[in-house]
Amino acid sequence: MAEKEKKQKLDSEGNPIISEPPTGLKVIIREFTHDRTAMISFSIMVFIILAAVLGSFFINPERYTTINIMTQWAKPGTDGLILGGDDSGRDVFAELIVGMRNSIGIGWAVAALIEIIGIVVGLTSGYFGGIVDNILMRITDFFMILPALMIQIVVITIVPKFSIWVLILMITALGWMSTARLYRSQVLSQVNRDYILASKTSGTSNFKIMFFELLPNISSLLLVDITLTFATSVGVETGLTFLGYGLPDNTPSIGRLISFAQDPVTITSYPWSWLPATLLLLILSLSVNYTGRALRRAADARQRLG
Amino acid sequence: MWKTILRRVLLMIPQIIILSLFVFILAKMMPGDPFTGLINPQTSASQIAQIRQEAGLNDPWPVQYFRWVGNALHGNFGLSYQFHKPVIDLISERAVNTLYLAVFSVILTYLISIPLGIWAGRYQGSLIDNSIQFYNFVSISVPSFVWYLLAIALFGFVWHIFPTSGSVSVQASGFIGVTLSRLYHIILPGVLIALMSTAGNIQYLRSGIIDNQLEDYVRTARSKGVPERVVFNKHILRNSLLPIAAFFGNVITGLLGGSVFAETIFSYPGMGKLFIDSVQARDYSVMTALIVMYGFLTLLGNLLSDIIMSIVDPRIRID
Repeated sequence: MAEKEKKQKLDSEGNPIISEPPTGLKVIIREFTHDRTAMISFSIMVFIILAAVLGSFFINPERYTTINIMTQWAKPGTDGLILGGDDSGRDVFAELIVGMRNSIGIGWAVAALIEIIGIVVGLTSGYFGGIVDNILMRITDFFMILPALMIQIVVITIVPKFSIWVLILMITALGWMSTARLYRSQVLSQVNRDYILASKTSGTSNFKIMFFELLPNISSLLLVDITLTFATSVGVETGLTFLGYGLPDNTPSIGRLISFAQDPVTITSYPWSWLPATLLLLILSLSVNYTGRALRRAADARQRLG
Repeated sequence: MWKTILRRVLLMIPQIIILSLFVFILAKMMPGDPFTGLINPQTSASQIAQIRQEAGLNDPWPVQYFRWVGNALHGNFGLSYQFHKPVIDLISERAVNTLYLAVFSVILTYLISIPLGIWAGRYQGSLIDNSIQFYNFVSISVPSFVWYLLAIALFGFVWHIFPTSGSVSVQASGFIGVTLSRLYHIILPGVLIALMSTAGNIQYLRSGIIDNQLEDYVRTARSKGVPERVVFNKHILRNSLLPIAAFFGNVITGLLGGSVFAETIFSYPGMGKLFIDSVQARDYSVMTALIVMYGFLTLLGNLLSDIIMSIVDPRIRID
C-alpha cells in the first residue's frame, strides 16, 4: 500500500519521472509483501534466531550441564522442565535453546567465511580469466570431487586439539566451491561491460576495479547466497554432530539432541528428547531456504512477483 | 567422439594424482599404519620396529608414496585392524550391499522424477506444477538425515512396518526367501534416498520442457500440422531428456557417496556404515581406502556424465 501511495504522490507533484526503477531494499520489501509464504518464512527465521540468541542469555548454564539422576528422562512439564529431561537429567528445553544458538553461530561463521573465499576466488578467476582462471577452476574442481563428509569426519578424529574453530574451518574448507563458481559466473557477465573497460582504460588499478566497481554490481548475490549457505552449513554441522563428529559431547547442540534417536527405546518412550530438536531443524531449514529463494527472486528482475 | 573421450580421460590423470597425494598425506597424519592389524598385545616393541623396517615405513616419504600407490593399484590397502582381514575383502563384501541399495534407489529416482518433471514442465504454473515445485523445495532444503530419522521412527519403531536394521534377515532361507528379505530391508531406505535425490532431475526436465516449447523447431512442427501429442513426445520431450541422461554418472556416484547417513540410521551394512564403524574403531587403513574409493568413484561418475553428454549432444564434442 505504502508503495502505491508514494508513486501517486510523485505523479501528482508533476515529477517528470514516470516510474522510478525500484532498487535495493525496496525491491526486497516489495517481493516479501507480495509473497505471504516468504513473509511467514522470514518471520519464523527471525523468531527462531532471536529466541535462540536472546533466550540463551537467560538460561542458567547449570540447567544443561549438571547431571541430575532425579530428572533422568523426566516427562515434559514435570520438575519445572518444559520439555523434560534427557539421559542424564539435563533440561532438554535449555539444551534446545543453547544448542540452536551454537548451530546458528557456527552456521553464520561458516557462511561468512565461505562468502569471503567465494568472492575472492570468483572475482579473481572471472576478472583475470586466462591462466589464472584455469588454475583456480581446476583447484575448485578438485575440491568438488573430494568426499566432503568423510574427510570432515577423518580430520575431526585426527586433529589432536579439536575445537569449534576446527569444525568451522573444516566445513568452510569443503563447502566454498559452488559459491566461488556462482561469483565467477556473475563476474564473467560483467567483465566486458563498458564501465569496466572505461575504468581499465583510464588506468584504475585492478584491485580497485574488482572490489569497488565490480563487486557492488554483483552485491545482490551476497544476501541471497549467504542465506542459502547459512542453511546448508547448519545442515552440515548438525549432521556431523548427529553422527558424533561435530560439536564436543558436553556442548549442547541440536545434533546431539537428535542423536538420542538411535535406539528403539528412546525413540518410542522418550520422544521429547529428540523430536523437538528434529522438528526445529526441519522448520529452520525450510524457513531459511524459503527466505533465500524469495531474496533470489528479488535479485533477479525476470523472476520478481511484484 | 573418441578424441573427446581420450582428452577427458587425460584430464583425469592429474586429478587422480593430486587425490592420491592428498589421501596419502591424510593417512600419514593418522596414528597407526597398515600393519596395525597384525599387532596384538603379545607383539614386542622390537618386533614392531622390525616389521616397520621391513615394510619400509622408515623410508623417505616419496619412496613410501610410490610404494603405496603401487600397492593400491594392485588392490592392496593393508589389513583392517578391527576385522583382521584385508581391507579390500572387507570393502567388497560391503560394496555389494551398497550396490543393491544404490541400484534400487537409482531406478526409483528416475521412476519418480521423470513423470514429475514432465508434468511440472507441461502444466507450468498449474496446481500440479506448484505442488511438485514445493516437494522439490522441501527435498533440497531439509537435511536428508532428518527425513530418514522421522521415517525410521514412524515406520520402523512405532508402526513396525519395516525392519530397522540389517540387510537380510537371519531366518531367510532359499534364493527367493533371501531376495525377498533383502528387498524388504531395502525398501524404506531406498524409497527415502530416492525421494531425496529427485530434485536435480525434475528441475532440469521441467526447465528443459519449458524452454524447448518456445524453440523454432517446435513452432515449425506445429505449423506443419503435426499432432500436439507427437510434437510433445518427439520434439520437446526427447530434447529435454538429454541433460538428465548426461546427469546419470553423477547420480550414481552421488547415491554411492551419500549413503553414509542412510546406512548409519538404518543400520544397513554397506560402505557408508563401514566407514562410520571404522572411524569409531580408529581403523585407519579402512578409512583411507574408502576415501580413495569414493574420490575415484566421483571422478568416474563425472567422466561417465561427460561421455554420455558427448554421445547425446554432438555440439559439445571437441574435434
